Amino acid sequence: MEVARVIPCLDVTNGRVVKGVNFVDLRDAGDPVELAARYDQQGADELVFLDITASSDNRNTMIDVVERTAAEVFIPFTVGGGIRALEDARGILRAGADKVSVNTSAVERPQLINEIAAEFGVQCVVCAVDAKRTADGSGWEVFLHGGRTPTGKNALEWITEAVQRGAGEILLTSMDRDGTREGFDIELTRAVCDSVGVPVIASGGVGTLQHLVDGVVQGHASGVLAASIFHFGEHTIAEAKALMISQGVVIRPV
Amino acid sequence: MTRPLIAVLDYGIGNLSSAQKALVRSGADARLTRDPALARDAAGVVLPGVGAFGACMDALRAAHLEDVVYESVASQRPFMGICVGMQMLFTSSVESPGVAGLDVIHGTVELIEGNVRRPQMQWNELHVENEDPLFAGLPKTPWVYFVHSYSAVPKDSLVVVATCEYGKNLTAVVRQENVVATQFHPEKSAKDGLQLLHNFVSSCS
Repeated sequence: MEVARVIPCLDVTNGRVVKGVNFVDLRDAGDPVELAARYDQQGADELVFLDITASSDNRNTMIDVVERTAAEVFIPFTVGGGIRALEDARGILRAGADKVSVNTSAVERPQLINEIAAEFGVQCVVCAVDAKRTADGSGWEVFLHGGRTPTGKNALEWITEAVQRGAGEILLTSMDRDGTREGFDIELTRAVCDSVGVPVIASGGVGTLQHLVDGVVQGHASGVLAASIFHFGEHTIAEAKALMISQGVVIRPV
Repeated sequence: MTRPLIAVLDYGIGNLSSAQKALVRSGADARLTRDPALARDAAGVVLPGVGAFGACMDALRAAHLEDVVYESVASQRPFMGICVGMQMLFTSSVESPGVAGLDVIHGTVELIEGNVRRPQMQWNELHVENEDPLFAGLPKTPWVYFVHSYSAVPKDSLVVVATCEYGKNLTAVVRQENVVATQFHPEKSAKDGLQLLHNFVSSCS
């Protein structure tokens, strides 16, 4: 049976968790290791850390966060942001992360996916894709840099290529919905989930617990990612899972 | 209680330190090592593994750890394989044709088939087929975390002590005398995983 996953996402900069609304007004949400341990105890299925500064002098700070997390948290976690080369992936995985997520660097140099998969296996490589609906509504385009930079690439074509190159999972964010709290872009999610054979994590737009259910039931996502609804105590993982189970989603109970 | 020394075999591929850290949390003096003398002194030995079967076998041989595995298994001390560390205990894998496995447990490693996503990268329920000390104190159906595209098929089905359902019933835990192995990652399976590792640590003295 396929079992859905609930995945809190922690945006980290300079060793602290922050969550901005539309990338401004960054609110300090705490120590990443403490938050990660709390989510583990609450029953989160996985965690994602996104290093949103990702300047090169910040790399050692992130390695330290990963090492401390690996000693305290016994659920899988993915680290993304600033993985530009095989060497970056190696450092993060050696420090104790289970997967690395690549985004801009993979669009700029797709071979990076092949390189990480060849050394560490496809299960270590998550390809994060930020997609935005095209103006004529015919499809979705890949954007970089938090939705600021268009690439001209068709999102479905890029995702198919990424999987062929060795991405073992897709982390799909709708840039139209990110930060809006209006729910996932279900059409985008379903289009991607139904066209690839690897797990797909839906992201961008979660404002209510029902949105998590919709991502799995209507969007066919393997996992659902959310940040703000969990960080500030609006909802717990247990509440999320209780609602999902009540609507027939198969998930690890808390 | 003193902490039993457990050697976690380090052949340099992927995230092997998570297993070591979880064993420490579960009460062991667990050390990542490629030193045969340390493995000989250890009360128990763990073979972790992440990545491709062939790459892991090559790395294990390059690190001169193949004989350490055979010696540890023959010594009757508790031995545990995890994920690809479990698969390597088998005869061969379709993932890497032509690469010999350790053949400690007879059988092959096959591609997961059926109308399911690959890899199986999720939590799943463990169905205990045969009671084992490894499951002491666990709920009737523990939830554990799997990441794999291939699955072991032992020649002797009696070595299978737990399965999970993914497309069809897959081998989740095997037991052959002092050797136990899990396809899932107990070190990533929250409290049920830590309990299982604690049970393994308790069997080492």
